[in-house]
Amino acid sequence: MPTSQLNLTNNIDVSKLSQGRGNSIRDTPARKVFKVFNYIFLLALGLVCLVPLWHIAMLSFSNPTLIQRNTGLVLWPLGLAPFSGGQVNQQTGVPLTATLAGYQVVLSNAALIRGYANTIFYVGAGCFLSILFGAVGAYCVSRKNTLFMMPLLAVIMVSMFFNGGLVPTYMVYKGLGMVNTRWSLILNGMLNIMNIIILMTAFRGLPDGLEESAQLDGAGHMTMLFKIALPLCKASIAVIALFYAIGKWNDYLQAAIYVNGKRALYPLQLIIRDILTQPTSPTGMEVDIASSIGPANEGRALVEYTTIMFSTVPLLCFYPFIQKYFVKGIMIGSIKG
Amino acid sequence: MRLRDIKKDWMINKAVYFMALPMLIYFIIFNWLPIGGMMLAFEEYSSRGGTLGSQYIGFQNFVDFFATSYLARIFRNTIVISLMSMAINFPAPIILALLLNEMENQLYKKVIQTVSYMPYFISTVVICGIIKDFVANDGPITYALYNMGVISTRQDLLTSGLAFRFFRPIFVISNAWQSTGYGSIIFLAMLSSVDQELYEAAKIDGAGRWKQTLHVTIPGILPIIMLMLIMQVSSLLNVAMEKILLLYAATNYEVSDVIMTFVYRSGLQQGRQGYATAVQIFNSLISMALLLISNSVSRKVSDFSLF
Repeated sequence: MPTSQLNLTNNIDVSKLSQGRGNSIRDTPARKVFKVFNYIFLLALGLVCLVPLWHIAMLSFSNPTLIQRNTGLVLWPLGLAPFSGGQVNQQTGVPLTATLAGYQVVLSNAALIRGYANTIFYVGAGCFLSILFGAVGAYCVSRKNTLFMMPLLAVIMVSMFFNGGLVPTYMVYKGLGMVNTRWSLILNGMLNIMNIIILMTAFRGLPDGLEESAQLDGAGHMTMLFKIALPLCKASIAVIALFYAIGKWNDYLQAAIYVNGKRALYPLQLIIRDILTQPTSPTGMEVDIASSIGPANEGRALVEYTTIMFSTVPLLCFYPFIQKYFVKGIMIGSIKG
Repeated sequence: MRLRDIKKDWMINKAVYFMALPMLIYFIIFNWLPIGGMMLAFEEYSSRGGTLGSQYIGFQNFVDFFATSYLARIFRNTIVISLMSMAINFPAPIILALLLNEMENQLYKKVIQTVSYMPYFISTVVICGIIKDFVANDGPITYALYNMGVISTRQDLLTSGLAFRFFRPIFVISNAWQSTGYGSIIFLAMLSSVDQELYEAAKIDGAGRWKQTLHVTIPGILPIIMLMLIMQVSSLLNVAMEKILLLYAATNYEVSDVIMTFVYRSGLQQGRQGYATAVQIFNSLISMALLLISNSVSRKVSDFSLF
């Protein structure tokens, strides 16, 4: 029975892992060697994950001229006094120092700020509608004493295995007149069969007596769903909302497909893509760089690094707090298979 | 089911059915309509006729596709990139999970886990920006390869001629960098649910740590390993295009263009909707065959199957 072997909910407390595997017996020499290797290897792995991000972070404070000359990994801001101060521009004699000019450019760039606002809107509105309609739908299919809800679930389950693919889906949005409107990005992926099944399972897990007593007190379906069922399934809701929000925040492809023709609707990621990939992007960046850093060809790289930091750091600040939900989310997702 | 039952059900559950309406409409419009829209593959699309009114041309789009040299190129690239990914990205999370599992210092383990999940949550656009910076002609990786004598000139690894050698490794290794830590979560969870008594029993039988790992731990997580393997084999042809679209260049399509990027370009940028849909249908058919094959092989070999 393969499904029973996949039951992951029993014991997922990762911290209890290696207990009971015999620390009491003295380690063999081979075991000692392995342990040392394991420490070093995992440390190296952790560094490999961190160093690229650290490199970019340090470059974002560096001197643009020194960035041009630099060829290796950067572990501290180029031109910051205690580490690598003292270099001067040979023509003008101006000392080359670390700078915050990149952040000035990024923070004063209208396109980027608008991208940020758009992304927050897409994430916020999308998340709200996704949870709202997802919960209502899941509540309906979780009703046990109905004749037609299971056939209806089958009809929508098809989306788990079949979809029309890129172009036919695009043609539907185009036919509805939603291409190059905010609707296309909000409706895209709003309802997801996986999430509906997760919520349905959560609702079905609630005790039956709860519903009966609520009905006796005269509660309708809406009261039952929003006042009783949803508050009791907060954990599932939080996980779904979190994954939706992270996916939406990081997505650029849907936006590149559906709002490609309208720059005012670009989310943050598309603006960043333009800044990072197109030498002269129509975001007003060149003008900003020239006015506050100097020659645009020098400032360009610096601004790319600060853009990366500007878009990534806010999310990474939340990261330690939401990390535990990732584990939970993966578990919920994989029980479904 | 008699008519009276249906009437009764309707009387009781009318409100529920109305509540289900938005969901039903959503899935009909955004899932069923596109499935119907796959008939584009058999049409010469014209914007005037739309999906329903365009000229029916039978299998001409498929014939066109089979006649081009693109067929071989995008299939070769897709399969090579997929197999390379699988060779690295399938075992890596399992190995990481096993190593983390052997780590007895819980704090150290926690820190390494947290750090290794992190890259997964950075957006594709930013990841590609970082990759491009690292492999630019003055980037650290280019510099290191040059100093080690792997490359004779310092050039951008993604846009110069060097891309023919380096595009695929860069793509695959950066994927591993981004998702190995995150991928290990599920295996770690499975590891923690392996029955501890089995370890005791193995120890009594004289098994050392390595023997325990081999005969208790790995069989314990085999179902999830097989599940992941089936999933990966069945998505062999679905190389995600997000990253490739950002990293490739017209000069290196020879090694970088995959099925999905080809569909994207021909369908959305060159206005060949019918043709792109035909390519995608062909792709889906093969994917489905792969799923069925890998599933039945897995059932024979390891007694585990999806369905």
